[in-house]
Amino acid sequence: MSTTRTIDVSPGAGDPGRARPGPARAPRPPKRTWRQALRRDWQLYSLAILPLLFFLVFRYLPMIGNVIAFRKFQPGGSVLGEEWVGLRYVKMFLNDPSFWQVFTNTVVIGVLTLLFCFPTPIVLALLINELRGRRIKRFVQSVSYLPHFLSMVVVAGLVMEMLSVDGPVNQLLRAMGNDPVAFLQEASWFRTIYVSSEMWQTVGWGTIIYLAALTTIDEQLYEAARIDGASRWRQVWHVTLPGIRPTAVTLLILNIGTFMAVGFEKILLLYNPLTYPTADVISTYLYRMGIVSNSFSYAAAIGLFEAVIGLTLVLSANQISRRTVGTSLW
Amino acid sequence: MTVDRTRGYRVFRAVNAVILTGVVIVTLYPFVNIVARSLSDEFAIRAGKVNLVPVGFTFRTYEFVAADPTFWTNYRNTVVYTVVATAIAMFMTTCYAYVLSKKHLKGRTFLIGIAVFTMFFSGGLIPNYILISSLGFKDSIWAIVLPNAISVFNLLVMKAFFEGLPAELEEAAAIDGMSTYGVLLRIVLPLSKAVLATMVLFYAVSFWNSWFAAFLYMSQSDLFPVTVYLRNLIAGATTGTSVGADATDMTVATNIKAVTMVLTVIPILVVYPFVQRYFVKGVMLGAVKG
Repeated sequence: MSTTRTIDVSPGAGDPGRARPGPARAPRPPKRTWRQALRRDWQLYSLAILPLLFFLVFRYLPMIGNVIAFRKFQPGGSVLGEEWVGLRYVKMFLNDPSFWQVFTNTVVIGVLTLLFCFPTPIVLALLINELRGRRIKRFVQSVSYLPHFLSMVVVAGLVMEMLSVDGPVNQLLRAMGNDPVAFLQEASWFRTIYVSSEMWQTVGWGTIIYLAALTTIDEQLYEAARIDGASRWRQVWHVTLPGIRPTAVTLLILNIGTFMAVGFEKILLLYNPLTYPTADVISTYLYRMGIVSNSFSYAAAIGLFEAVIGLTLVLSANQISRRTVGTSLW
Repeated sequence: MTVDRTRGYRVFRAVNAVILTGVVIVTLYPFVNIVARSLSDEFAIRAGKVNLVPVGFTFRTYEFVAADPTFWTNYRNTVVYTVVATAIAMFMTTCYAYVLSKKHLKGRTFLIGIAVFTMFFSGGLIPNYILISSLGFKDSIWAIVLPNAISVFNLLVMKAFFEGLPAELEEAAAIDGMSTYGVLLRIVLPLSKAVLATMVLFYAVSFWNSWFAAFLYMSQSDLFPVTVYLRNLIAGATTGTSVGADATDMTVATNIKAVTMVLTVIPILVVYPFVQRYFVKGVMLGAVKG
């Protein structure tokens, strides 16, 4: 998000992190050698050591660890596997019918989530923005993003209780003279349940950024629009929406990037063998393959495939948006 | 904004009010329902009678859950994990964010890139699992506390905040001979209470709520956080109770689940009204800085 402005390494005027008082205001040469930089800023660099170690060990080592996708791993053996097997595991999942099922499920759930959970915060933000009275505005906001602060376990628990045979949804069905439905046991219901609970959980939180973006729109634009005789709808269309477009595009790119990694935790909590046909996604499948059945190499190959698709999606979404809308993450 | 008195606008306002009321009700209903269930008689729940008000009001289930020693051990674990993890995360994030906020620093772009790249590409579940296992972190607090010590999002929010601080203050302190560490501790941090509070809350909530790491790496039930306790309840994997006659029952009474959920959420609900505007500020800080 804040990667757009990271390239300026120009020597700033103030440079307070320095221990040694020097010619602070003198125009500095644009480039410093590493030696000078280290001598000057060694204290700053020292602060970065532990965090760098963190990134190295817990973020980059696992990336390297993915080589086991191309090596045969044996429990108890070398961490990086025993021998090279090339694309064997990749071929294996490409020929695995279960893989294609979970791939389809991932794409379907991903598309549905994007379709429903991306635009709703924009709509909700616009609606909240139309409320008058700060109090009521605050109240609606506070309530709407409350679910964001719940543990996924609690969310799953709430979903299960709401949809249980004695739960409110079935009470309603019964009151209307229908038979109760065991929602969580039926594959045909899973996607609806997943997407609606996702909306319930995320829509309010999603509005925060849009509401912030709305406050930055210049009031004069509205005035100008009104003078030109624009109705409220036209004001929304010609001023408000363009005003939040950069924010929306940024979030859309980010959403597309996480598209493949659809709600792993939630699905893991909510699904069961009965709903596998629609609920099982790549990440849950690789969890079962890898952790539960100990096929580390196979699961790592699937995981790597997923991550590469994710990265490709972000990069292309970013590229496309830069070309077409002029907004990009970097 | 001038008030439009057109009829269309009045209709819109009415519709808007209805929609937003609907949103509020839909959001709050599950909470109210779960509290009602936690205070209700199990049979009333099974009969589908419990909605917004407890039926057969009783605190018995609370007493029942509270009598389970595993519940308390797990609850205490959650508190310990949250405190330790938040402390470590704050230390790491603050240090790195401060370094990144120094625009003159050679190699800064690289240091930022290292962090940001991990937002888009990660090693994945299996390599992480192997790593944590081979580091010997299984069944220890480190498996929960270390691998999530820096959230890149929080890092960027903090970096943005530090960049916005007046450079002159730090400069003056540096000229007076204060070291970088001194500047950070005595000038920057006291000026950053707002963002520090926000970050503590962000981290604390996320650690309080986390369950998967513990679920993955902890095999002994006395090491579980309360979220895993709850997960086992709702998954029906265990009865979750080691006392009482129902302990042999394979399905957990719905009121027990409700009580556990309420107890898990209560700390968050208690701090929520006080802290939510910090949260909002924090998110906006991250967003507006773009």
